[in-house]
Amino acid sequence: MADVVVERGRVARATGARKGSSLRNALGRKSTVAFFLTLPLILLILLLVLYPALYSVHLATLNKAMTKFVGLSNFTFLFKRETFWMVVRQSCIFAITAVVFKALIGFIVAHFVHNIPAKGQRKWRGMLLVPWVIPPAMSTLAWLWLFDPSYSAFNYTLSFFGVGPIPWLGDTFWARFSVILVNVWYGAPFFMIMYLAALKSVPDQLYEAAEIDGANWWQKIWHITLPMMRNIIAITTLFSLIVTFANFDIVRILTSGGPLDTTHLFATWAFQVGIQSSDIPLGACVSLFMVPILAVAAIFILRDVNKRGNEA
Amino acid sequence: MADVALRKVVKRYDDVEAVRGIDLDIADHEFIVLVGPSGCGKSTTLRMIAGLEDISDGDIMIDGDVVNDVPPKDRDIAMVFQNYALYPHMTVAENMSFGLRLKHYPKAEIKARVTEAARLLDITDLIDRKPKQLSGGQRQRVAMGRAIVRNPKVFLFDEPLSNLDAKLRVQMRIEIKKVHQKVRTTTVYVTHDQVEAMTLADRVVVMNKGRIEQIGTPNELYHKPATRFVAGFIGSPAMNFLPCRLEDVGGTLQIRLTDRIAFALPPARAARYNALPRTDKLLLGLRPEHLTESHAHLEPGVESFDTVLDVTEPMGMETLVYFGLDGTPVCGRVNPNAGAKDGAPMRLAMDLNNMHLLNEATGVVL
Amino acid sequence: MSTLAIDKAGPSRKVKYGSMSRDRTWALRWSYFFLVLFAIFFLTPPVYMLITSLKSSAEISAATNPWWVFHPTLSNYVELLSSNQFLRFFWNSSIISIIVVIVTMMISIPAAFALARMKFWGSATLATGVFLTYLIPDSLLFIPLFKVLGGVQELTGITLLNRWYVLVFIYPTLTVPFCTWIMIGYFASIPKELDEAALIDGASWLQTLTRIFIPVALPGLIAATIFAFTVSWAQFLYPLVFTTSVDQLVLPVGITTTLIKGDVFNWGQIMTGALLGAAPPLVIYAFLMDYYIAGLTAGATKG
Repeated sequence: MADVVVERGRVARATGARKGSSLRNALGRKSTVAFFLTLPLILLILLLVLYPALYSVHLATLNKAMTKFVGLSNFTFLFKRETFWMVVRQSCIFAITAVVFKALIGFIVAHFVHNIPAKGQRKWRGMLLVPWVIPPAMSTLAWLWLFDPSYSAFNYTLSFFGVGPIPWLGDTFWARFSVILVNVWYGAPFFMIMYLAALKSVPDQLYEAAEIDGANWWQKIWHITLPMMRNIIAITTLFSLIVTFANFDIVRILTSGGPLDTTHLFATWAFQVGIQSSDIPLGACVSLFMVPILAVAAIFILRDVNKRGNEA
Repeated sequence: MADVALRKVVKRYDDVEAVRGIDLDIADHEFIVLVGPSGCGKSTTLRMIAGLEDISDGDIMIDGDVVNDVPPKDRDIAMVFQNYALYPHMTVAENMSFGLRLKHYPKAEIKARVTEAARLLDITDLIDRKPKQLSGGQRQRVAMGRAIVRNPKVFLFDEPLSNLDAKLRVQMRIEIKKVHQKVRTTTVYVTHDQVEAMTLADRVVVMNKGRIEQIGTPNELYHKPATRFVAGFIGSPAMNFLPCRLEDVGGTLQIRLTDRIAFALPPARAARYNALPRTDKLLLGLRPEHLTESHAHLEPGVESFDTVLDVTEPMGMETLVYFGLDGTPVCGRVNPNAGAKDGAPMRLAMDLNNMHLLNEATGVVL
Repeated sequence: MSTLAIDKAGPSRKVKYGSMSRDRTWALRWSYFFLVLFAIFFLTPPVYMLITSLKSSAEISAATNPWWVFHPTLSNYVELLSSNQFLRFFWNSSIISIIVVIVTMMISIPAAFALARMKFWGSATLATGVFLTYLIPDSLLFIPLFKVLGGVQELTGITLLNRWYVLVFIYPTLTVPFCTWIMIGYFASIPKELDEAALIDGASWLQTLTRIFIPVALPGLIAATIFAFTVSWAQFLYPLVFTTSVDQLVLPVGITTTLIKGDVFNWGQIMTGALLGAAPPLVIYAFLMDYYIAGLTAGATKG
């Protein structure tokens, strides 16, 4: 107790001397501390994200040997290539179709899981999320094996119904179908889990009130579930659009872009052009074409995230 | 233990002044309650004393030393928060000893202090529990225990009881008072509940719109409010304010409430108000307990009048009656056996010996 | 049904009640029916992995019923787990993922604390920047990063390309933004009074972080750790671009490039490798499912 008293006296005296400047020091300390705490993050973003992103713009304006500035001629070269337009079309078809089906299946499955008694929900949820947990490169190998031209387990099964054999990866239509199927398989569980979280956050009283007002199950979904989940649906969809649009693993492993480049996405084509054919500027150029659609999606996500922040 | 002084303390947020120049002297051992409606600046004032908010202007002194620029940990204060702010991952004992452990007190002393505080607050059995295993009242005790073990110069309480239910609140109020009687540490206590303020405080500081309206003992505030705000804020049900004016009738000073109702003032009151201009718009301030049922032998200064009741509220030991006087709603307190009924006429008596007269424009009690 | 309800209020209530519970039973049956269908769809590939991994090459090429194992054998597992090359992949993946988790936490936690609690100049912009960085996909950056790393290598003389440790520098660009973002959310949900209490108790900023924030936000920390680990473990594009020598490869790239030799597909081994490669995330998921899911949903529901 006595030492405390002594300490108090010292603090008090020190206080008198410090008056006026120490608050500024404290403020200075606080923002200095904050600066050092965020410095690694800032450096990481600047050096390994922002700089490479800007550098790729520079790269896209060089010739193949990267010795001279060629302006926009890489871009004009791409515009004249039919493959490029096929990649643009396929990327859009791939991303939009896959996201729509992921969203639909995710929503339906989430509803069914939400419908069953709470006791069993955990088990089903755990089982249905497995595709999302397996590294896509690994699970796509299993799909590749399921689609195998001579040993396809699907074709084996379908043959009993007199269907097939289906050239899963050999034919343009079926190859495009297959890459979308695998992407939907991989991504739908993510939607399911997001929707399930959103469904849980809708208060039960709303459904009870709607029931008393005479709403049927469809009206309940349309007038209560969907409006209450709108924000989560929007964010999840936009986020998935970005990830799907930029997908690499699935197409690379399943088809490597084939047959005849018809399943290439921006990412896989940029890899083929830039890394495998060593035309880095052209590859950079190809991947830069992802930027506009990513930017639009990012702006909408940011708007929704901020809006939710304000509501909270 | 220490005294606390505030000198012209101002808090500005951008261009809003939350606290507009407060002067306050808190004596050693004193229990001071800051009370007022939400947004009156009472919490901000407390947080400035704690050092959690910077002071825009003025000085705060603890034990005679200006602490404006002293960080909270060096002010030697302890604070109890509204939501208790117990560290959820620590046991009760760890919560209470956290501050001492940070200051590297010897283990034996920490244990002694925690044990003593736990005994004082009757939470010895809970010492190894985590906060989420405790009830609201128990959490409140632990929060107080955390303050007590530090043995600080000043206790600061920020609405500590408002998360408790009504019954527990009364119980904990008594508990806080008991603890203060034992440890006698200077205490600043913030609440919006005037009953809490009245029951706990040595002196109450009523705040409104960033200023101090009045400082005084609970009885002073109740019987001698300085302003209309204090008069209306302290006491429940609240004081009635009836528009009125003074008039001279045949040498006696009369107070006129409505066209029909006017009473002669008791001599002491008449002498006090005689100098007032007769044209001033005034308010008669009268607490409900001074509006009771009339009976045959009225004391001097008590005047009776007839009215028709709107609503009655039987409370058990009394009945509250509500009626209108020239459109002004009025509340009175009558004996439950006085026969007050909804919509029925009743003769009531007004005790003018306990009246207050206020200037309607300035709100000052005259 | 509805006319009945209007006509005879008394009995109709009973009928309605009965039909509602009957509706409910049917809804439940349909729910289970569709859940089973979707579970089959979702679980077919991993189950098929397991089935194939238990078959010998002879059985696979015999083209018997692919959904059944007639002569189960662990020879694929034995072969892979005694192959130095495969163990090397596993080791590379493990060491990289563990280092990346540590680096990610060391960057994310302090930054998230500063962004959640210390308002400083540019903090709002930085928080938005972190979120935007999270939205930048790997497929946009692998080409410039390849060149940048090559440039650094030339400049400093330190070999970066074709070395496993280069991935330790690159992966945090994928893990740090999301981990920071969800940690900001978790930290922000800690009541302000808790740090004020710590401040009054005499804790410094750093003590507040280590002794209050980190223990209180431990569930968030676990979720972020799981995220960082699984992302590092599953990453395919960067190691495919930046590493080529067999001894520098990580599992996903190693399995797809070395087990597929030309046109000779040893599917038994490929499926075994894929299953072993999927095992660590699956095991983590099995034991820490709630944290895993909390981390997944935190990105959209917190922050």
